Amino acid sequence: MTVEASRETQTPVDLVTLSIDDVEVSVPKGTLVIRAAELVGTEIPRFCDHPLLEPVGACRQCLVEVPDAGNGRGFPKPQASCTLEVAPGMVVRTQVTSPVAEKAQHGTMELLLVNHPLDCPVCDKGGECPLQNQAMSHGRGESRFAETKRTFPKPLAVSEQVLLDRERCVLCARCTRFSEQVAGDPFIALVERGARQQVGIGPSTDEQAFGDRPGADGSSGGAQPFHSYFSGNTIQICPVGALTSADYRFRSRPFDLVSTPSVAEHDACGAAIRVDHRRGTVMRRLAGDDPEVNEEWVTDKDRFAFTWSRQDDRLRTPLVRDPDTGELVPASWPGALAAAAAGLREAAGKVGVLPGGRLTAEDAYAYSVFARVALRTNDIDFRTRPHSAEEAAFLAARVATVQDVATRDLETASTVLLVGLEPEDEAGTLFLRLRKGSRHGVRVAAVASHTTRGLAKVGGELLTARPGEEASALDAIQDSDGSADVGLDARSVVLLGERLASSPGAFSAAVRLAERTGARLAWVPRRAGDRGAVETGCLPTLLPGARPVGDAEARADLAAAWGVRSVPAKAGRDTTSILRAAARGQLRALVVGGVEVDDLPDPALAREALAAADFVVSLEVRESDVTRAADVVLPVAPPVEKSGTFVTWEGRLRPFGRVLDVPGSLTDVRVLAGIAEELGAPLGFRTTAGAMRSMADLGPWDGERVAAPDLAAPEAKEPRGGEVVLATWRQLVDDGRLQDGQDRYRATARRAVLKASAATLAAAGVEPGDVATISTDLGSASFPTAVADLPDGVVWAPGNNGVHLRGALGADHGSTVRLTAGGAS
Amino acid sequence: MSDTNGGGSLKETLWDPIAGFGVTFRTMFRKPVTEQYPFEKRPTAPRFHGRHQLNRWPDGLEKCVGCELCAWACPADAIYVEGASNGPSDEDRFSPGERYGRVYQINYLRCILCGLCIEACPTRALTMTNEYELADDNRADLIYEKSDLLAPLLPGMVEPPHAMLISDDHHDYYAGKTLPVVEVTHGSASTGDGA
Repeated sequence: MTVEASRETQTPVDLVTLSIDDVEVSVPKGTLVIRAAELVGTEIPRFCDHPLLEPVGACRQCLVEVPDAGNGRGFPKPQASCTLEVAPGMVVRTQVTSPVAEKAQHGTMELLLVNHPLDCPVCDKGGECPLQNQAMSHGRGESRFAETKRTFPKPLAVSEQVLLDRERCVLCARCTRFSEQVAGDPFIALVERGARQQVGIGPSTDEQAFGDRPGADGSSGGAQPFHSYFSGNTIQICPVGALTSADYRFRSRPFDLVSTPSVAEHDACGAAIRVDHRRGTVMRRLAGDDPEVNEEWVTDKDRFAFTWSRQDDRLRTPLVRDPDTGELVPASWPGALAAAAAGLREAAGKVGVLPGGRLTAEDAYAYSVFARVALRTNDIDFRTRPHSAEEAAFLAARVATVQDVATRDLETASTVLLVGLEPEDEAGTLFLRLRKGSRHGVRVAAVASHTTRGLAKVGGELLTARPGEEASALDAIQDSDGSADVGLDARSVVLLGERLASSPGAFSAAVRLAERTGARLAWVPRRAGDRGAVETGCLPTLLPGARPVGDAEARADLAAAWGVRSVPAKAGRDTTSILRAAARGQLRALVVGGVEVDDLPDPALAREALAAADFVVSLEVRESDVTRAADVVLPVAPPVEKSGTFVTWEGRLRPFGRVLDVPGSLTDVRVLAGIAEELGAPLGFRTTAGAMRSMADLGPWDGERVAAPDLAAPEAKEPRGGEVVLATWRQLVDDGRLQDGQDRYRATARRAVLKASAATLAAAGVEPGDVATISTDLGSASFPTAVADLPDGVVWAPGNNGVHLRGALGADHGSTVRLTAGGAS
Repeated sequence: MSDTNGGGSLKETLWDPIAGFGVTFRTMFRKPVTEQYPFEKRPTAPRFHGRHQLNRWPDGLEKCVGCELCAWACPADAIYVEGASNGPSDEDRFSPGERYGRVYQINYLRCILCGLCIEACPTRALTMTNEYELADDNRADLIYEKSDLLAPLLPGMVEPPHAMLISDDHHDYYAGKTLPVVEVTHGSASTGDGA
């Protein structure tokens, strides 16, 4: 609860001594009586009280008798212990020792149950319901209320995903307080008065400013749905069954679910989750409790997007391309591994490896060792998005094995500067911590194209930068002429997004900024496996444990640890170079992990490379463009069917266990070990645990590191007439394949709109609200428009909401596109 | 109690050895109690715990709401239930409320016919019949599905899915407001109100 070992409580605090149920207890000053009572082993019943929300005293269930408030006088009536702070000498009597408190609690419970329906058998909360449990432990047992209960039409859909049964509500205001205090999305509120009081949705002024919600164009003036990225948390903290998810409604009961703690696979935050399954099928996911990482909150993506691994296109058996018919035919595991090894042996020395960014650290390590030991190459790159040599140098110099910044630091930093990072979309757990920090005085600033809703919610200042020119904006911060001062100092944190790889000089400028101000740097990638892949050396210039490829000592160290004669010394190719070399025939074979072709920097080149390569081995969970082009397809386990460790953006290890035991569902480690053994160059481990042991034995590199990049900021480019610069990123809820199979969750996505300044729209002849089209030589995409505070000549559009900009247009953050009025011709 | 003296009385030596035959001779003149099962089937006691039945409302909709309390109560873990939501349209309505039991299985290889599930059922959807012939020559057929357990359609009942035929209003539906009043004529004639 609040009294936990943290940096704050490790420092000496003022203790207050009071007596609860005749037991003397000393607690830190400011502690609430309800929590102090927990320390003496008394659980006071409560509904509205939540340790992570501000006290409100709404449900009145936690009444206690206070005969002495510390000043010799008592309160004449029972007091709500969840809003009462301890005082020296206070005497508290709970229901354990006080008949007055017990009678008061029974009375409150009876009143709460007056209008509560007796529909526990059909209620999703039944069996795990605080109201049910506390009515049993602290209630009267029998109701004296014989009249007709108040009813409402049910259920009310406050969003496509969240359903509200108003008659079950006890008006504890946990959901509305969460939305207001934690998520910052006050789309639900208590409306009406007296017996009619209820949770409801109403017209909001918020979306008009950001234009990305339905009805923002004025088409509907009515209630706005509860479209928050964090709406699922309200379902979990509801102490009754008033809020339920459409996804889980009536699907299961808590007593036939098997719960397994796990880690979310959707972003680099490593949020703790609980996976509930029944008979081999995951029924739901809940937020776990980890004060260091996600507290008790997760994003809706972490909560609802878990059906992607059981879609119809799931690969179940190995497939090998028949040389006669050219079709992929099912094969046995030994046969497929032998076929993969034979093809790779044929292409010896000319193999590129693209592991993808969604792997566990153990799987990424297996790829890294496989490339170096079995394939004898450094042609391995986990980056399946725009990337640069500058980024690789930055990752090697300032990210690998560095643990400078932790999530908790975002609460205590003086300033947090976001560069090329939209945390609400790309790292939701981090966003909630950042918002908590901003409510406690942390100053937030962002080098970005415009003020997003996420930035407004953390009260952030915008340091406007055109896409591709983030470097100059960073150089201008607290420069000698002091043009932009956001108060960066040694207690500040600079968070860099992966988008900066497409902005030349940005990483260099960030390093210069950190050295100038003393601020700490952290890199926040989008995918769960990105940081793990950096640590395990899935880069062309970096070996596991931050060992530079160019350092002979580091290579010798690694060769000794792996028991091989040498590790390849030649720096490898990056993703784009691997694909280009494969397309030109310089590389003859590719080993591809979980890679979506449309995510790659140049999808057309990637398709060409897959077609041109003599031999492609694909390790995938579901059928994709890569598996369709592959010669050997080896199905691997999704995170739910394997154990492993994700590495968060902080560098924190997040191990998780297997949830479902599916025979024949093999990890990447096991599959790569199998191919390596067929090739006669074993990896030295076959299991996830073995890979982790090997990594631990290896340890981090303590020698000299690569120098950080130091490129100058590029000259500002002026786009030609009719052309604009595109700013874009992936939104949290979009069309990504890891969100497949959850239509109701998808329906809560923000509306895809194109944002630009009024002048930019006017120059293209677009009325705000009308449809505009952005196009390149490859394709076009049309969006409704909205005015936002972007610089002139810049437009923003979502990366994969309705249309995949990189796949359809080949356009990325910083690309130039044509902007025209009207829909696509 | 037993006599520990040696020898024995006259009664013990003469009468006792033939006394047991008295039962035999007496029974020879009585009607035999042997039941000629399976050629003659005799009714069980009225509250005999036999095969389960899933009951219906008078319009044919199912009473089961898929709450799984029966499965929870079952000491033999013989019951498996999955609930589901009645669809938005009447073509998808199986029970009068929001929820119905989509899957309902009782495994009679496990069931001990104790009746705890009946006590747990909040809607009186699950009751027991007097049918006791629960034997088969294979295991699969002894897992009874919902279709095997549902009560037969009586006159006036319509096979779900369909709309709530008694009343659209839930209070009136459960009170059976529009049902015809039926004269009950056994014993002294009395009148039911259909509830």
